[in-house]
Amino acid sequence: MFEHLRTVTDPLVDKNPVTVHILGICSALAVTTSVATALTLSLALIVVLTLAAGIISLIRHHVPSAIRLIVQITIIASLVVVADQLLQAFAYEMSQRLSVFVSLIATNCIVLGRTEAFALQNRPVPSMLDALGNGAGYALVLLVVASIRELFGSGTLLARPVLPLVADGGWYEPMRLMLLAPSAFIILGLLVWAIRSLRPGQQEAREFAPLPQQRQVQP
Amino acid sequence: MIELFQRSIFEENLALSFFLGMCTYLAVSRRIETAIGVGIALIIVQGISVPLNHLLYAHLLRADALGWLGLPGTDLRFMRLITFIGIVAALVQLLEMLLDRYFPALHRGLGIYLPLLAINCAIIGGSLFMVERQYDLAESAVFGLGSGIGWALAIVTLAALRERLRYADVPRGLEGLGMAFIVTGLIAMGFSAFAGVRAI
Repeated sequence: MFEHLRTVTDPLVDKNPVTVHILGICSALAVTTSVATALTLSLALIVVLTLAAGIISLIRHHVPSAIRLIVQITIIASLVVVADQLLQAFAYEMSQRLSVFVSLIATNCIVLGRTEAFALQNRPVPSMLDALGNGAGYALVLLVVASIRELFGSGTLLARPVLPLVADGGWYEPMRLMLLAPSAFIILGLLVWAIRSLRPGQQEAREFAPLPQQRQVQP
Repeated sequence: MIELFQRSIFEENLALSFFLGMCTYLAVSRRIETAIGVGIALIIVQGISVPLNHLLYAHLLRADALGWLGLPGTDLRFMRLITFIGIVAALVQLLEMLLDRYFPALHRGLGIYLPLLAINCAIIGGSLFMVERQYDLAESAVFGLGSGIGWALAIVTLAALRERLRYADVPRGLEGLGMAFIVTGLIAMGFSAFAGVRAI
């Protein structure tokens, strides 16, 4: 039981798919201008990833390894199409705001990465737990970035006003830059820096090290 | 047309303003030679796949598109994602075989990067944007080429900067990935400076 708990909690920080393995950033940043879109996309990804891991793990003994990638992509893409159609049916406005990014879950490296690396070798229940954990790790990063961008970019959280805007008689002047693309990269970069300062084990090996400073000798 | 071309390179750059193809973008931008290889491969695949997918979408998948087969009232739009993935994977495979047969030198240079592109968000995303923005055939050809060039430009710029950064004394936790993100953010700001430029 404890072991299973580890499979879920490990990918949250220590083996986070986004900040450690650099997977699935493709869609992660585009939807983080508001918390609501980030939350919807994370939920869609968690559902697709968990179901895909379960299904692929169930049929893992029957798939020849030569065609395993095609089988996995087909299963994932079918699940994504279902998720996209469901969103369009029940949350049309949200699906318009997410634009092409729901469909792009199919090419999200996290999904294929987890099914290829974990679900193909493990039983269905651990695979689904692993998928859940990785999905949650992805969601965590998305939500952190989205909260920062929405809070400072438009002064709201989940569309509820938190910082009163100057336009409405308050004191906060919104930072428009936060809603533009460059800020997402920079926030994620700083987030990676923060995590790696707290967990020095994740730091990358140096290719070159600067020479130690030579002390100036006065004659 | 020129405006669309220029906009797809700079203002609506797939990597820098829509965050597409990020996995490949960060993973293969360590060295400038590999970045150029991937960039050229992506321009080729994107330039072919977007118009090809446009043809398929317009003549097979769109609502009432199968009228010429005597099947009015069909709507296969929900199949577009699976179709595009299949087409791109097949195209990449075919391109690899053709290059191997007719241009072996080019194949040795680009061969290892082509399979990477089979499941790249930039390529699938380009085709999906083509559908969403309702480009016609000529526009989608221009958009495919332009967005490919834009992506290649972005990855080559990042690779050049990262080669320099290797010798820099960056704070320990920021090295590698963290610095790559921040540099990308600055490149994105640079690219967005082209936003107002219009061909007269």
